[in-house]
Amino acid sequence: MPTRIQKQARQDTMLLNMGPSHPAMHGTIRIMLELDGERILNSEVEVGYLHRGFEKTCEHRTYFSLLPYTDRLNYVSPLINNLGYVMTVEKMLGLEVPERAQYIRVLMSELSRISDHLTCLAAMAMECGAFTVFLYKMKAREFLWDVIEQTTGARMTTSYIRIGGVRADLHPGFDTVLKKAIEETRGVLKDVHGLLDKNKIFLNRTRDVAVMSREDAVAYGWTGPCLRSTGVSYDVRKAHPYLVYDRLNWEVPLGDRGDNFDRYLVRMKEMDQSLRIIEQAAVRIPNSSRAFIVEGMAPAQAIKESRRQRVRNDIALSPNLEGSEEVRYPDILASDKGFVVPPKEETYTTIEGLINHFKFFMRGHGLRPPKGEVYFAVEGGNGELGFYIVSDGTDRPYRLHLRGPCFHIVSALEQLIRGRYVADVIPTFGSMNMIGGELDR
Amino acid sequence: MEEKTILDRLRKEFPAGVREISTSLGDEVAVIDKGALLQVATSLRDGPGEFAMLLDLTCVDYAGEEPRFEMVYHLFSLSRNRRLRIKARLGESDLWIASLTSLWKNANWLEREVYDLFGVHFEGHPDLRRLFMYDGFEGYPLRKDYPLRRRQPLIRLKE
Repeated sequence: MPTRIQKQARQDTMLLNMGPSHPAMHGTIRIMLELDGERILNSEVEVGYLHRGFEKTCEHRTYFSLLPYTDRLNYVSPLINNLGYVMTVEKMLGLEVPERAQYIRVLMSELSRISDHLTCLAAMAMECGAFTVFLYKMKAREFLWDVIEQTTGARMTTSYIRIGGVRADLHPGFDTVLKKAIEETRGVLKDVHGLLDKNKIFLNRTRDVAVMSREDAVAYGWTGPCLRSTGVSYDVRKAHPYLVYDRLNWEVPLGDRGDNFDRYLVRMKEMDQSLRIIEQAAVRIPNSSRAFIVEGMAPAQAIKESRRQRVRNDIALSPNLEGSEEVRYPDILASDKGFVVPPKEETYTTIEGLINHFKFFMRGHGLRPPKGEVYFAVEGGNGELGFYIVSDGTDRPYRLHLRGPCFHIVSALEQLIRGRYVADVIPTFGSMNMIGGELDR
Repeated sequence: MEEKTILDRLRKEFPAGVREISTSLGDEVAVIDKGALLQVATSLRDGPGEFAMLLDLTCVDYAGEEPRFEMVYHLFSLSRNRRLRIKARLGESDLWIASLTSLWKNANWLEREVYDLFGVHFEGHPDLRRLFMYDGFEGYPLRKDYPLRRRQPLIRLKE
């Protein structure tokens, strides 16, 4: 309950609830406002409506099986969440990931970053009345999600990036779909710039509204586009380069005023940079020499055959395993046997493969990182997405803590809207990109 | 090299407070006494290290060990591009530590979260209440002795 504000409110003011179920509250968050007319004197933000005990749940899951839970943190860019978690575990294990898999990871996280920014700005613009912008951006996002869906098999809950690499190789038609998506997104970004950059209504609601100073942004632990909108150049991809980001050519866009409009503009510019990264990565990615298996032995037949002799033919896996054939393993997964899922072909047809499979998935036998604790962060859609994992040497994390970037950003909301009008809450809150799954965990 | 001098200086400045300085998987770690937290944090923020940002703050429950809880702070220095982890142990019998709200503004919510999920008290916190759980929630869910499947719904579930 927002008790503090109820105790402190003056007698002659009005208390107004925004949320938890309010169309502009992106999921569920509650803001209690103390109003003098339209002016906000004080406010209290209440979070936790989406608290599902993510950290507690993870303590009871194995390192491998908790991956799907990370999809549900920032559900707009699940691939980056996968990446953050997976790379933290890899840091503990000291795993080397094949170069092609690293490029695939970069491609996937930048696609997610664009869809994250698109969603944030689409909602923000719509709440300011710009419904066209919303539709345009959702359209662009569809094209991006087509790319993601084609390779990962899912639009949102992907669980695609795995410890040691990625689940499957890129789809053969990846380049064509990617090209289309980039083209469409570029077009949409251009249109949106035209619709909003000099739009008087939009400017009135965002320019110099909810200004954050550099010092405060740092003191609040802001990261990501919100921090960069205040002019502080900190991007995890540049500061602590991971994957192949240091080999690609891109810039960190900065704002200077730190108001809502800068947060919008920084995100728009970042999408341009992400497109640049994607284009470069798509060209530089090492080729896979292995063709997709078109005609192979059916799994059932292979199993039957394996009872008599070792199966030498290619085995066609079921469509949901497309891209994770054994021949592709050197390209997409680390070579350390105990750390990645054994190839399905072996599991089906050889006794050693079956043993490996059981050893990997059996309770107390799977991935067991050495004792110790580790912190690792990647640049998420909202900022520094960090995982702190304590391992006690068993197959489950002893403690897993997520540093959700929007937790820190939303904690500054009370300060930002103090003294402003009720209508200013909407674009301010929209520009923060609050994601319930990540904030409440 | 640089980092070494900052940690060494820290050790020289607080010979009693800093217990151990080490590196774990590339991360710099300083283990300190809980009583020295506020001074150490102030000197790290304002000193030459310029750790201007509190990245994260959390707690780990080592049930069965004494002292049982461990507070973990992650600081970040923008100018030096360095992360630093500070750890302090808390016993179950006197479960409190100084609040960092006077140094970093995001410590307010972070400490409320730790209070909510672990029951650690923060001395000097202006508004120490539960953050995620509701008023009237019993126990601290992230402690190891809180069962995974314990339910205490606010409104009675339908049979």
